[in-house]
Amino acid sequence: MIPARHAPVLVTAGLFAALFILGALQYDGFGTLRVFLNLFTDNAFLAVTAIGMTFVILSGGIDLSVGAVIAFTGVLTAVLIQAGWPLWLVFPLVLVIGGTFGAGMGCLIHFYRLQPFIVTLAGMFLMRGLAVVVSERSVPIEHSVYDAVNAAGVMLPGRAFISAQAIMLVIVLAGALILAHYRRFGTYVYAMGGNAESARLMAVPVARTTIGIYALSSFLAALAGIMFSFYTSSGYALAAVGLELDAIAAVVIGGTLLTGGYGYVIGTLVGVMLMGLVQTYIAFNGSLNSWWTKIVIGVLVLIFVCLQRIRIPTRAATGSARE
Amino acid sequence: MTGPKSIISTLQRHGALWPLVALGLIWLVIIIVNPGFFAFTIQDGRVFGGVIDIFNRGAPVALIAIGMSLVIATGGIDLSVGAVMAIAGAVAANLIVGTDLPAPLIILAGLGAGLAAGLLNGTLVAGFGIQPIVATLILLVAGRGVAQLLNDGQIITFQNEAFAFVGVGTLLGLPMPVWLVLFVLAAMLLITRRTALGLFVEAVGANASASHYAGVPVRAIKLTVYAIAGLCAALAGLVATADIQGADANNVGLWIELDAILAVVIGGTSLMGGRYSLVLAVVGALIIQSLNTAVVLSGIPPKFNLVIKSAVIVAVLMLQSPVAQAQLASLRRRFTA
Amino acid sequence: MTAATSLLSLRGVRKEFPGVVALDDVDFEVRPGEVHALLGENGAGKSTLIKVLTGVYPRDGGEMSLGGETLSPQSVGEAQAAGISTVYQEVNLLPNLSVAQNLLLGREPRRFGLTDWKQMNAKARETLKRFRLDIDVTRPLGAFSVAIQQLVAIARGVDQRAKILVLDEPTASLDASEVEVLFDILRDLRTAGLGVVFVTHFLDQVYALSDRITVLRNGRKIGTFETAELPRPKLVEHMLGYELQGTASSHASRGTVTEGNDAALEMDSACVSGSVQEISLAAQSGEAIGLAGLLGSGRTEVCRALFGLDTLSSGRIRRNGRDVHITSPRGAIAKGIALCPEDRKANGIVGELSVRENIALALQARRGWWRPIPAREKRAMAEKAITDFKIATPDADKPVRLLSGGNQQKVILARWLAIAPDVLLLDEPTRGIDVGAHAEILRLIHQLCERGMALIVTSSELEELVAFSHRVIVLRDFRQIAMIEGEDITEDAVLQAIAS
Repeated sequence: MIPARHAPVLVTAGLFAALFILGALQYDGFGTLRVFLNLFTDNAFLAVTAIGMTFVILSGGIDLSVGAVIAFTGVLTAVLIQAGWPLWLVFPLVLVIGGTFGAGMGCLIHFYRLQPFIVTLAGMFLMRGLAVVVSERSVPIEHSVYDAVNAAGVMLPGRAFISAQAIMLVIVLAGALILAHYRRFGTYVYAMGGNAESARLMAVPVARTTIGIYALSSFLAALAGIMFSFYTSSGYALAAVGLELDAIAAVVIGGTLLTGGYGYVIGTLVGVMLMGLVQTYIAFNGSLNSWWTKIVIGVLVLIFVCLQRIRIPTRAATGSARE
Repeated sequence: MTGPKSIISTLQRHGALWPLVALGLIWLVIIIVNPGFFAFTIQDGRVFGGVIDIFNRGAPVALIAIGMSLVIATGGIDLSVGAVMAIAGAVAANLIVGTDLPAPLIILAGLGAGLAAGLLNGTLVAGFGIQPIVATLILLVAGRGVAQLLNDGQIITFQNEAFAFVGVGTLLGLPMPVWLVLFVLAAMLLITRRTALGLFVEAVGANASASHYAGVPVRAIKLTVYAIAGLCAALAGLVATADIQGADANNVGLWIELDAILAVVIGGTSLMGGRYSLVLAVVGALIIQSLNTAVVLSGIPPKFNLVIKSAVIVAVLMLQSPVAQAQLASLRRRFTA
Repeated sequence: MTAATSLLSLRGVRKEFPGVVALDDVDFEVRPGEVHALLGENGAGKSTLIKVLTGVYPRDGGEMSLGGETLSPQSVGEAQAAGISTVYQEVNLLPNLSVAQNLLLGREPRRFGLTDWKQMNAKARETLKRFRLDIDVTRPLGAFSVAIQQLVAIARGVDQRAKILVLDEPTASLDASEVEVLFDILRDLRTAGLGVVFVTHFLDQVYALSDRITVLRNGRKIGTFETAELPRPKLVEHMLGYELQGTASSHASRGTVTEGNDAALEMDSACVSGSVQEISLAAQSGEAIGLAGLLGSGRTEVCRALFGLDTLSSGRIRRNGRDVHITSPRGAIAKGIALCPEDRKANGIVGELSVRENIALALQARRGWWRPIPAREKRAMAEKAITDFKIATPDADKPVRLLSGGNQQKVILARWLAIAPDVLLLDEPTRGIDVGAHAEILRLIHQLCERGMALIVTSSELEELVAFSHRVIVLRDFRQIAMIEGEDITEDAVLQAIAS
């Protein structure tokens, strides 16, 4: 028997499989390992961002700053590399900046009781603004390591390619799964999303956890920014506009409850993959235009959000005693 | 009894003092760096001047801020206003290019699209009980897709003087967008004060449960404010579209939801809901536009614009937070003691 | 030295909230190996005392010590670490986490720094065995019944190796056999030398389990008693702050009510699932029905059902002899029924709005959107209410949250009287109200009856209940257990019905 709480993830996985089969039947070259693996390569930075977002949403919050963090990280990385800084200094530096920035937002949210959406909205302005300040123009990255990493990977038969991006994604995913399901931090995140007041009364360290959650999200967004700089071999202040929405959509489509408490990191990966597959399908179709992607994603989010509303009240009703 | 002191205390009671002081300070900076900014000239029956320019450029944000005020007053938020602008613009542009409809009908059609979008948001929030951030996020994601679909991915440009008047026309010497802001502000003031809407909105935002107990139709109120926000966003979209005589689904109203929320917050309306002020929301929009202008005029590269704006948001939010107020109060006590 | 005999000791503890002294110089002491019942009506200060004890609220004064060491917990975690473990009444742990996670949150067994699920689930099963609970500990807690959730919450509290276990209304959702299991465990813990603080409104359970009883009323300690030496009527006297006279005190004549007409409001074997059962009552115009009973007896729930906040699962409500179907407050108001809710702050006042706006709110809601009350009329309404009810406010523009509790209550009364309802439900109209306003509100209740309004009033203060009621209905465990009419209504009679 399948537990009901796994149902949303399975629905998304089912949709993925159905669309994959539909595409394979309709178009030559769609139902291949190559297309499947390219989903990992092309969506790696989105997936890494969305994994961070999953923790935020599980805890009952939201982070609208991630797209801007990616852009800022990308631009800063590009400018520093072009200025001749060594990579071993640049990467840790931008990751630390990302994590610190997130921790700062977490502090505002926890200590000043400000709403996460407005704090991270301001954070988005700040990061976008700093990115523009660093460089208004797109900065190309020319570095031998970039060329090497972008060429690295495992070539499988059928021109299927496991890229460095995909490998990085799998590493992050493994780390996130351990963090969510095998570390106290993960349990605290779920606890806060389940009921913040209960969590506090059950001695969950709310301050530490809140700050940690936003630090993690920004850290992963910064990592995604580095990955994005590899993907495009450049940094641009207006890159990844609206990516925060894609990340939130992926989390929701992956079955995580937007009010927090319920959902899985692995579901988010499936959500990203489904969104990537929709894009691929539309690209193969040719007659449909790319903006259908946005509409389809919007409709998927709508359906999932409405389904969540229908599913959850019954549970909440049995879960709380009446006075 | 209308000495300066009583004026100040009246302003203070309405929460208008600090927003006006802020606006005054920014204008002072502008005067210092560019003394000629506030001069008015009349040319071809049209008044030109820096203040007019600020009003004119700030019009879309001001229009949206009016609708957003009501939504925020009920304790909600509407993130979809930028996307709704794009949809309304796309609807209008396509009708202009594709049909011979007269301009008023085209405007009505654009407003109708905004109303539909607002009703969708309102239904999700009031009917399904979905959190406002989430409910309006859906349209934020999908709305631009719909607009691009209508435009077939192109920027639809058009030549239609009657419609363009909405964005670039002049009436009695003032630009049309300024008149629209004044008109919408007056109309909304009338509607909220001459019906019970204003009272109900504040009651629902301040305490939805008690309002329900008192018999206030809470859901209908919420639906209404999102519909109004949709209408305001659509009007802003029409102004922006008429201004450039083209519908650009990707860029029209991009991030304007942030400016509008900021305008409302600067105007003193709490994000928790309750008391609101439409006039101060418009003042907030003017502050934002003046800030943009001041940054440009004072020689700071425009790229610092966003950084400055985010610093302003954080500062305003902190000042409004009860925690920070308590900290300030204890600091003050420590220094005076 | 008290430290020799007392495990936990509180001396002169004080806690204030803006405008309210929630705890006023309270002493409280728990010995090792005793079950100490903490009793009192709503607003007596039990919850505040527990929250001060467990680090949720900082205290404003007084001393606390545990096992001889000074205790000043700044957080729940600190209190827990010191050895105070608590099962809160309103909190059902975390429904989204598994039973095992709930039991061991923050103390998960780990291997190589990672959660050891196998060992955790085994440990959880072991813990629950004591409670004779054999459930799948890997399923989310929310999937289980409220009773099981409550037992898990208690198991979590017991499992913390605490010195003091605080249980706030632990048995509210348990059936008799589950209560027995819990009591067996508590007796074991007592034998093991633990101090148990037990808050409940079931007096049977107090006598079945506790060694001593401390009664609080209005934030003050009334006394600590040996359970065996405190007869039940005496206990209820302490809780309600009234002493049995032994003689039937006579009361002011209760204006005669014309019988035989259809009642203004009638409830006929009304049931709400999970709430009140088989309630029947009838209020004639000009009559006040008092609802008596201890906390949790179902008084508020009767009001909720009549006001359309809960829907009847069976039975009916009649207005003037006609069946009415009430599903929302709006519907109730349209049928001439109004409610002053028990929780004024959450459901009564709209704190940010002015006195005037609060008074006009219900009338405006009934008139609809398009017929706003003219400003002059609104002002006149507010001025009249302020004079008539002696509302202490400098002007009608003051936000109502800045008023005292009594004046807030008057504002809500004024709000309802503006729409001239036929039936007014008053749920604890005088709770948390200063003496002056108290008398004012009682006077008003009399006036409203004389004007021909039908009133249904809940109150935990017997004296006032007896003073204004034409009929008193006594509730216990969501059921009607007695009805007292006319000259039989005395404080003694009501008290005895409650305590029986």
